[in-house]
Amino acid sequence: MARLNRRVLPGFGLSLGYTLFYLTVLVLLPILACFSKAASLSLGEFRAAVWTERTRAAYALTFGTSLVAATVNVLLGLLVAWVLVRYRFPGRRLMDSLIDLPLALPTAVGGLVYASLYVKKGWLGRYLVPLGIQAAYSRLAIVLVLVFIGLPFVVRTVQPVLEDLDAETEEAAASLGATRWQSFRRVILPPLYPALVTGFALAFARSLGEYGSVVFVSGNMPYKTEIAPVLIVARLEEFAYGEATAIAVVLLVISFSMLVLINLLERWSKRGAAHA
Amino acid sequence: MTQAGRLLRAAILALAAAASPVHAADSIELLNVSYDPTRELWRDLNASFAPQYLKDKGVAVTIKQSHGGSSAQARAVIEGLEADVVTLASFIDTNAIAQRGLITGDWAKRLPNNSLPYTSTIVFVVRKGNPKGIKDWPDLVKPGVEVITPNPKTSGNGYLSFLSAWGSVVLRGGSRKDAIDYVTKLYKQVPVLDSGARGAATTFVQRGIGDVHLAWENEARLEVQEARGDLDIVYPPISIRAEPHVAVVDASVDRKKTRAAAEAYLKYLYTDAAQEIIAKHFYRPASDAVLKRHAASFPALRLFSIKEIALDFPDAHKQFIAEGGVFDRIYKPR
Repeated sequence: MARLNRRVLPGFGLSLGYTLFYLTVLVLLPILACFSKAASLSLGEFRAAVWTERTRAAYALTFGTSLVAATVNVLLGLLVAWVLVRYRFPGRRLMDSLIDLPLALPTAVGGLVYASLYVKKGWLGRYLVPLGIQAAYSRLAIVLVLVFIGLPFVVRTVQPVLEDLDAETEEAAASLGATRWQSFRRVILPPLYPALVTGFALAFARSLGEYGSVVFVSGNMPYKTEIAPVLIVARLEEFAYGEATAIAVVLLVISFSMLVLINLLERWSKRGAAHA
Repeated sequence: MTQAGRLLRAAILALAAAASPVHAADSIELLNVSYDPTRELWRDLNASFAPQYLKDKGVAVTIKQSHGGSSAQARAVIEGLEADVVTLASFIDTNAIAQRGLITGDWAKRLPNNSLPYTSTIVFVVRKGNPKGIKDWPDLVKPGVEVITPNPKTSGNGYLSFLSAWGSVVLRGGSRKDAIDYVTKLYKQVPVLDSGARGAATTFVQRGIGDVHLAWENEARLEVQEARGDLDIVYPPISIRAEPHVAVVDASVDRKKTRAAAEAYLKYLYTDAAQEIIAKHFYRPASDAVLKRHAASFPALRLFSIKEIALDFPDAHKQFIAEGGVFDRIYKPR
């Protein structure tokens, strides 16, 4: 009872217990159910379900577009966060709250609106399509909606770090003779690396699972613009639960390994930032 | 059963009875699990059935409707949604529920007309004045014609379009190879494979993509009505007969003790009053008399049965749509 507690706040046991419970019920249990359903298939059936030319094309598309979108988001997100933190201008507050909108909007709405903008007769499409830019029902369309959906993740992870970064450090760098590029590269960027990597990981993970918006803009053409989640739905429509979850398991395993890799990268970049 | 066991069971039953919101037999609630576009149809049918049942049996019946993609609805019932009746778009979906034992026996035989109070088909919707001159299935593969139809793998509208296209070749003297060539060409002219019927309608109507939309007959009629002259309907000479079966879900009605009302509800669909409502919503009524009365709104065309191109719907699905079927080969690169 009278255990020594060196922490200022009590409740380690309780909070850890709650965390474990929460993780189990919300995350582990559904994943476990998914794996057990997939395990109802024989090894041959599993292979046949998850490794065909068509599923491989879908995995490549899902991971490829998610990577591109997350990369674009890192660049765009950094820019947006920079503008929001470093400058004061009318409408900044409004702009700041607009950033979160993609999180609140049902993604299907995002997909529908993007498609209607970029088709031949859409507001933007009528100028882009004659130039040969098909930004609806193409891979580009998928990247566009994924950028839309992932943007808040990068902005919101980078923003607080930028806020903590004193403008004086750049001034110091400049007064010590650094060029603008040098002070950006050597002074501003290093402390931002961990936040950028986190933002990248979040945006990337979010894109992998995205279904609602993508089905409306991609055109869902097999081998070309068909993402892996569409294949899962197609198998479910056939009441092939085992096959559907098998594809889900493959997605989960690849996603999980990529996220672990990114986490390692993040830790490594933090160490780098600490040394800088 | 032991004394204690019997006591426990009685106690549980008493508790359940006390907790049950159903007041004896004078009011009852049914759940009708259906597919997407039938919302308005069932609203009208329910409004007409309830007073009739109250008059005949003295029971006030409230009917709850649930709508969604047909096979998603079937999955919901399989996973425990307690539907008293299912009125889904495709035999395959109802059959999937039956295969899990929730609907028993030779269910399609239980109601008149093979449990089909209405049928429907796939027709063409084209732009005003039909600028590409689309009259028949072969016109769909002319150069420069863009066809809008949803993904056969994820949509009932989609797979019926596919089967119609197939039947239009093999039932007019074409070989299997001709049919494969035809559908391969056809789907090369489909620029977008939406996941469902509503998505395809949006693509065609709102986005202005495509020259022809292969749609459910009832949806096509509404689409053309709402477009106020911008769209026209074209009846091809041949198309598939779509069969949206209705069935009582035995497992649910036995547990909820609603069998009598559920069966009366489905039987009611075959009465003249209900058949009239069905025709008004552009579904082809089962009653010949009612169909004749509405002959003007249902042009005659050769509606072929699934049995003419396959053993039945599950067999057609396996041959054409399922993994490794004809549809999968269309898109194979090279």
